[in-house]
Amino acid sequence: MSDQPKFVIEHLSVTYEDGTEPLRDVSLTIYANEITVLFGPAGGGKSTLLRTLNRLNDLVDGVRIEGRVLLDGQDIYAPGVDVTALRRRVGMVFAVPVVLPMSIRQNLTYGLELAGVRDRARLEAAVERSLKQAALWDEIKDRLDDPATALSGGQQQRLCLARVLALEPEVILLDEPTSGLDPISTAKVEGSLQELKRDYTIVIVPHSIQQAARIADRAAFILQGELIEHGLGRELFTRPKDKRTEDYVTGRFG
Amino acid sequence: MRVPRQVVQRLGFALLALAAAGVVIPILFIVSYIFYQGIGAISLEFLTEMPRQGMREGGILPAIVGTVLLTLGTGIVAVPVGVGAGIYLAEYARDTALTRAIRLAIINLAGIPSVVYGLFGLGLFVLFLGFGTSILAGSLTLAIMTLPVIISTSEEALRAVPIAFRTVSISLGATRWQTTRRVVLPQALPGILTGVILGLERAAGETAPILFTVAAFFLPRLPGSIFDQTMALPYHLFVISTQVPGMPLRIQYGTALVLLVFVLSMNLLATLIRSYYRRRRQW
Repeated sequence: MSDQPKFVIEHLSVTYEDGTEPLRDVSLTIYANEITVLFGPAGGGKSTLLRTLNRLNDLVDGVRIEGRVLLDGQDIYAPGVDVTALRRRVGMVFAVPVVLPMSIRQNLTYGLELAGVRDRARLEAAVERSLKQAALWDEIKDRLDDPATALSGGQQQRLCLARVLALEPEVILLDEPTSGLDPISTAKVEGSLQELKRDYTIVIVPHSIQQAARIADRAAFILQGELIEHGLGRELFTRPKDKRTEDYVTGRFG
Repeated sequence: MRVPRQVVQRLGFALLALAAAGVVIPILFIVSYIFYQGIGAISLEFLTEMPRQGMREGGILPAIVGTVLLTLGTGIVAVPVGVGAGIYLAEYARDTALTRAIRLAIINLAGIPSVVYGLFGLGLFVLFLGFGTSILAGSLTLAIMTLPVIISTSEEALRAVPIAFRTVSISLGATRWQTTRRVVLPQALPGILTGVILGLERAAGETAPILFTVAAFFLPRLPGSIFDQTMALPYHLFVISTQVPGMPLRIQYGTALVLLVFVLSMNLLATLIRSYYRRRRQW
């Protein structure tokens, strides 16, 4: 662990056009080269929080975001910020693996090509490196030009992870990345994350409390749009300070 | 006594089959009747020569060429504008009073009788803009008439592409336009092409919009520029069926057959494109 702040979230509130407020006054620091777990009951605002970090909430019509989100000290909501560049620095893996309707190779080079990389050798190197990092290279190295949809669900999810890694981001956001996967694929993804945190900052919404406890360096418990408690994972899951966290962690509700 | 459910079901299916037959049989009848009556007129001379003897002899080449040119001209104008408008509505426009007004306008545009388009084209293109009765004026008039079809089908085809593709593309650092061009548009292309062809097919068969804007009654030469008049198959058919006494039936049906084959082969092309891409689609 580095104790080097990567994201500093200050008094963040998100409001939708219809008046609902998925996040209220959340302040949280996310440290570099760690796995930060955002957990809590469904519909509590975890995904919304994740999506404020790469400004994907911008796509929602009429969304209002208050407070500040600092990435390496720079407010990512400040006017004039290059949002596409931000999204290359802060990659995202979604709950349902969505491969783009192209070949495996094209899925991996898509983001780099948009970023202006034309050098074939560099693109090929990125393909191999990212697939190895996502523990997928040995399985599919001989069929990189097949349609990505031909892969199994578990392989597609690891491809989605590799697709983000190909961009060499600084932060990886994962929104229940293993919710549709079998235990073996889940173990592979979790194993990859432990490797990856040496080079990347990882923020994940886990698909179960067990997964949260397995992988968390730090954890934040989010309930109905509010951040209830946060701290080191081993403390939060064994000696929670807040009664509500304790009830949730011990399975009394949720 | 209650009627057994199986009997009700059989009756229901029979009625539905009857309704389907009510659509299919007239089409089969029309096509086969025109084919039967018109095939005798079809010859190399009929397809490749100028009309002679007050159109009672010779071929219909200028009408064929005119219709092909008008269809092309319509496409050149209507496809970029229509597909562009479809992209705007599906990918960029938010739900505001303005876009609702645009949608309403498109729906209404589709409902305007074609003869009104003809008069509009006469007023705007032929007279006001001074294009005269010309291929240019006719193509522009047909293009405006075709736009609603192309816009609506393009928008629908784009909307059918799953939103998740857009979200993923944007999360990888793509702009909205890069997402549209590299992910959404290729997936929507078969649907758009189908709409384009169906729209152009309608334009190819219309008489009223070209009546005042381009169509020549009798012009036994090929057009030399877009400011020339031209003969066209639908109007030619109207002329030889109603305006020329003593016209042999054979030639009338032959002309109808050529127009029908032209339009139906465009239709077939649209069907082939659709089925080809449907087999290759990855979602």
